[in-house]
Amino acid sequence: MHRTGELYGHFETLEQQKDSAALGMWIFLVTEVLFFGGLFLTYTINRHAFSVAFGAASNTLDLKLGGGNTVVLILSSLTMAMAVWSAQVGKKQWVSIFLIATLGLGTIFLGVKVIEYKQKFDHHLIPGSSFDMRYHSEHPGPNDDPKEIAAEKEELEKAFAVDPDINAHAQLYFSLYFGMTGLHALHMIVGAGLLLWLIKGSFAGRYTPQYNTPVEIVGLYWHFVDIVWIYLFPLLYLIDRHQ
Amino acid sequence: MSTTTLPAPVHKMPREDYLNATYGLRSWLLTTDHKRIALLYLGSVTVFFFIGGLFATMIRIHLLTPNGFLVTPETYNKLFTMHGVAMIFFFLIPSIPAVLGNFLIPLMIGAKDLAFPKLNLLSWYIYLVGGCFVLYSFGTGGLDTGWTFYTPLSSVYSNSAVTPAVIGIFINGFSSILTGLNFIVTIHTMRAPGMTWFRLPLFVWAHYATSLVMVLGTPVIAITLLLVGLERMFHLGFFNPALGGDPILFQHLFWFYSHPAVYIMILPSMGVISEIIPTFARKPIFGYSFIAGSSIAIAVIGFLVWAHHMFVTGESTYAALTFSFLSYLVAIPSAVKVFNWTSTLYQGSISWDTPMIYAFGFIGLFLIGGLTGLFLACLGLDIHIHDTYFVVAHFHYIMVGGAVMGYVGGLHFWWPKITGKLYPEVLARIAAVTLFVGFNLTFFPQFMLGYMGMPRRYHTYPPEFQVLNVLSTAGASILALGYLLPMLYLTWSMRYGRVAGPNPWPATGLEWKTASPPPTENFDVTPEVDWEPYDFRNRPDLGLAASGPLPAPAHGDD
Repeated sequence: MHRTGELYGHFETLEQQKDSAALGMWIFLVTEVLFFGGLFLTYTINRHAFSVAFGAASNTLDLKLGGGNTVVLILSSLTMAMAVWSAQVGKKQWVSIFLIATLGLGTIFLGVKVIEYKQKFDHHLIPGSSFDMRYHSEHPGPNDDPKEIAAEKEELEKAFAVDPDINAHAQLYFSLYFGMTGLHALHMIVGAGLLLWLIKGSFAGRYTPQYNTPVEIVGLYWHFVDIVWIYLFPLLYLIDRHQ
Repeated sequence: MSTTTLPAPVHKMPREDYLNATYGLRSWLLTTDHKRIALLYLGSVTVFFFIGGLFATMIRIHLLTPNGFLVTPETYNKLFTMHGVAMIFFFLIPSIPAVLGNFLIPLMIGAKDLAFPKLNLLSWYIYLVGGCFVLYSFGTGGLDTGWTFYTPLSSVYSNSAVTPAVIGIFINGFSSILTGLNFIVTIHTMRAPGMTWFRLPLFVWAHYATSLVMVLGTPVIAITLLLVGLERMFHLGFFNPALGGDPILFQHLFWFYSHPAVYIMILPSMGVISEIIPTFARKPIFGYSFIAGSSIAIAVIGFLVWAHHMFVTGESTYAALTFSFLSYLVAIPSAVKVFNWTSTLYQGSISWDTPMIYAFGFIGLFLIGGLTGLFLACLGLDIHIHDTYFVVAHFHYIMVGGAVMGYVGGLHFWWPKITGKLYPEVLARIAAVTLFVGFNLTFFPQFMLGYMGMPRRYHTYPPEFQVLNVLSTAGASILALGYLLPMLYLTWSMRYGRVAGPNPWPATGLEWKTASPPPTENFDVTPEVDWEPYDFRNRPDLGLAASGPLPAPAHGDD
């Protein structure tokens, strides 16, 4: 496959090449919708079947970390959009700056996710033989507010009264929680790799008003990954959130 | 003394084509030429066809006697499972799209390559990696869940190598997704000047519809099998009722892909038939836009019928009625195709070339397969014949009688284009008839067995079913011969066949306007299309007389 400048030999024009790339990315994103769709369906059906257990389990998530991460991710979408715009108007150094900012925000998101996972691990909320919804309220850490722990205990006992199998059903919730956020994080990691590749290209001044297809289609991908989180956050964190 | 001088020896350089442009293993394994990738796929799907065929042979030998004498019940479970997995995921689904579609779509629309040549090569490697996982599963304990992977058998109770198989099929799904994505983008953006949507060959329309199904359906099976794999590896409970999960949910998700997957197998084959029939009837196809539209209609409606596999799961009566009705509805676009093919034949100048014999075989077998599908879509009758050999016979009529007949017919039709050589025509006709006879003898008795109540997937059967089972096994051996013959003479013809020329039949498509085999760039100059599809009358370049009886097409060695 020979190549003249940025134009591959099997295309006639750069415009045709760009249209193909953009259409290809859109179709890929459609496949992603269906890929995540299977998980969302599984979540919805189980949420409906075990609403008490899922409510109790979702209340164990840290709203501050999750909410903060949502803001971080929306900001990263803004910087990504700015990077695409900068490439289109030919502000070459701003392309690099906005791409690096996007990568930084993405990394912060993943870092916070690691903290959240660690918390779940410490609280015995990983599906498996040592899973125990009561573990945290019975073994509070030194930094936990005793009032909050008492409230958590009370909520849990209420939930156990309605659904005695809560430990089994909450494990389904956490299987889905780790499945969905894990798959989302995997997409973020892939996105971070793509950003690194773009940043390398931007340092070489590759993206110009005439040719910026890679920035644009990675941008599409990045926005999509953000949108997935915009759905995950309310589904996993917000429904049944107590006051 | 003689003054005559010998003519200077002429060193006729062989014309450069995609096969001799570069040499060496590396030039094949790192190629981005869609034609070479098609041949890579041809080789690898043939390997899986052999593997799946081997399992089928063992099944048929085992069922010669009521108690079975070849394998243990456990092994029998593995045989039919591995037969299904190898044939469906690694042969039928990639067969026509990844081999013929890959080779022909750019040629048919006048493009130099698919839109994403590197992704095209990547999809082949993904297929290989997925295939290796599945072969690992076959080799280390086998797989006994049925190709349907129903939970909780697959996720909890099965002692066979389910995890690697599930991973393999998960990985292989992305090969299918990338192929579909590549085709859709190519058809949208890479058409030559003048190649409007309604001048596209119907083969391309069929692949467009197939690609829609691949792109929309495959991600769902991917996530579903991923969940099954996670459930099995980490003892999670998505689909395990003991842990609160829902096995029926698995079936819904599984069939949401796996029913449309049937259309991934049959639609490309219908596309092949739509090319063969006008060529050997010397007539424009009847109702072009209806055939094109019916491909899209099948793809769309095909997504709305999945729960007809689940009539006996206790789904609500209203759901069952809806799915039954929608399943009947798919029969309409399918019938539109059959009527239009037969109308094309009417007053045509029909010749009985090998591809045409396959096309006739396809129409007959697809008709039986499709009509028995209506039996199964009928709620009351389905309760009676559910999970019997009737179902087995039905889907083999569609998948083998339909999809594989189309694939083999298409291979013959485009073999001169792919290799530049003609196959031996008489032998090929004998093989086509052998295949047809063998196929019917194998599977028609299974309709009767199923209707009389022989359940599928059992390693034994009551003695009164033996005669029909022996007939079926006898048919299978004829069928095997029918497959071996083309493999042998097609391979033989690559070296020894007569030179085909650019358009031996002749046919009207753009792919026949370039040399056989085509050059790497497909066309020396980008073609401009100013003719309508399947128009034999206004095409002086085909060398056919403008009126009066049209000459018979070129043959091979007969």
